[in-house]
Amino acid sequence: MSAAPPVEASKTATELIESPDFRALVRTRWTVSFTLLGLLFVGYYGYILLVATAPGVVARRLSEAPDAITNVGLVLGIATLVFAWILTAVYVVWANRSYDPEVERLKSQLRR
Amino acid sequence: MPPAPAAAPAFESSLGHPTFASIGFFFLIILVTLVITWWAARKTRTSSEYYAAGRSVSALQNGFALAGDYMSAASFLGISGMVALKGYDGMIYATGWLMGWPALMFLVAEPLRNLGKFTFADVVAYRLRQGPVRIAAAVGGILTTIFYTIAQMVGSGSLIALMFGMPFVLAEVLVGAVMLLYVLFGGMLATTWVQIIKAVLLLCGVTVLTGLVMSKFGFSLPALYRAANDLYPAKHLLVPGELTASPLDAISLGLALMFGLLGLPHILMRFYTVPDAKAARVSVLYATGLIGYFYVIIPIVGFGAAVLLSLKDGTGAMTTLGDKVITAFDRGGNMAAPLLAEAMWGSAFLGFIAAVAFATILAVVAGLTLAGASAYSHDIYVSVIKKGRATEEEQVKAAKIATVIFGVVAVALGIAFQGQNVAFMVGLAFAIAASANFPALLMAIVWKRFTTWGAVWSILVGGLSSVSMIVLSKTVWVDLFHFEQAIFPMKNPAIFSMTAAFAAGIVVSLLTPEPEAQKKFESEKLRTYLGVGAE
Repeated sequence: MSAAPPVEASKTATELIESPDFRALVRTRWTVSFTLLGLLFVGYYGYILLVATAPGVVARRLSEAPDAITNVGLVLGIATLVFAWILTAVYVVWANRSYDPEVERLKSQLRR
Repeated sequence: MPPAPAAAPAFESSLGHPTFASIGFFFLIILVTLVITWWAARKTRTSSEYYAAGRSVSALQNGFALAGDYMSAASFLGISGMVALKGYDGMIYATGWLMGWPALMFLVAEPLRNLGKFTFADVVAYRLRQGPVRIAAAVGGILTTIFYTIAQMVGSGSLIALMFGMPFVLAEVLVGAVMLLYVLFGGMLATTWVQIIKAVLLLCGVTVLTGLVMSKFGFSLPALYRAANDLYPAKHLLVPGELTASPLDAISLGLALMFGLLGLPHILMRFYTVPDAKAARVSVLYATGLIGYFYVIIPIVGFGAAVLLSLKDGTGAMTTLGDKVITAFDRGGNMAAPLLAEAMWGSAFLGFIAAVAFATILAVVAGLTLAGASAYSHDIYVSVIKKGRATEEEQVKAAKIATVIFGVVAVALGIAFQGQNVAFMVGLAFAIAASANFPALLMAIVWKRFTTWGAVWSILVGGLSSVSMIVLSKTVWVDLFHFEQAIFPMKNPAIFSMTAAFAAGIVVSLLTPEPEAQKKFESEKLRTYLGVGAE
């Protein structure tokens, strides 16, 4: 997205909706959303399926040491929560840095 | 060291006996929240102030309020108890409760804020014919809210009876009366601040409890895990148990928890309290962080209770294991966290935790009441019966009447279901939310060819299929109605009922094209994506 050129508020609502920039904005918004949702699905349902189908893997201890107790499942449970929060944060950073400025630029083109 | 099999727990607890501390914290919380209500009442005149706090809530405040609305007593007491008794299964279960929040952000938070006014039905009905869609969406919303409320009210009655030794009916009436004061006079602004206070108190209480547990294990998680594992050699607390015995059921539960959030009216309503879509977005990030932190530390409380509540005799030999101590007070394990609080810091800390649990119930029920009332007063009365032509005074009056009705119904249902096992009703609320409310909401936002009858059928099919499958499942058919065999073999229907709702919405929409709605879909895009014209 390039720096906003000096704009004139010249477009009608219909022209703006049909402009390539606006269509790109909508397309990008849903691409980002559904990509992140896909990652959330892989992370969470992957975790559930792993727990359900491979309990042996989940129960495996992290280290060979005789006093080791922490297993894969305990780590994965917390990791899944952290992962979900990170995805949320990624969306907010993207939206604040990239989506909002483009929204402002397009809004300024709208003739009122 | 196996304990004597039927040894009666000798744990002396002040649980059930009102103490100076518990009564003190209890009245302090009620006093502070009523002062806030008095302050909020002076700022609550118009319908937008009543339903949406004048859209004046900041992103950080709304983040706390969302967390406050979502972290119910059931998740605080229930999940810590589940970890104490079942170990790792409780952690798996806790994980699912967070997963809806990122999905809420990606799919609905911003379009919802831009398109709607007070309720999620505003968005579903935006470009469709108001009458049928509003009624269907309001019924879906009210059903979700009612089942969730019954679960909260019945749980709260027994909880307060257990912790303060108060009679069940009196507890119900007290919760109903205090909550109605907040909502009726302070509207959304008072409700929001009650949620914020409750979220802060709950997070502080659980953090302190976690810190106390960790201090007993040298601040080492492995030391805590080891103690829990070694104390219950037969229970295998650190590995998966029965929760994921059926992968399909586990996935279906996950879907209901994840997408149910996107159809909970009292959560969705909170997005109208912030000024714009950006604030809505940032508030979800705060809420996700707070709730995620809560679910990360709550298992520590559970494991800690399993270990630290165990009783020893004079020589240091184990006499009663922690799980027996917990189940002696409540078979479901709900008293694990309060008992642990007392064991750590005495009855004053128990009093604090009990008062926090009470505040939690008040706050959640207040949010539910506002959502249930608005589904009737805004969606049905103002939008359908008055066709949107109601003055400000009429709207506020309708909202307040609906609030009183919903509050009275909530208390009555709470009393009617006394002593019943209503845990399944939270599952029912999430299943209906995920199957009736969410598919229609998502299709209204993203799908151009969605139609009035598509929406109505999607809501009907999703709602009816999820309710009937739960009724036919083991939880209700066998455990409640005492039939021999469940007709529906799974516990969680969402994977089927949600799919059916989407299928019904798509098929019916394609069969009943609505060119008018398609045209409006294009013109509403400026509002959906740029916020132009958003209220």
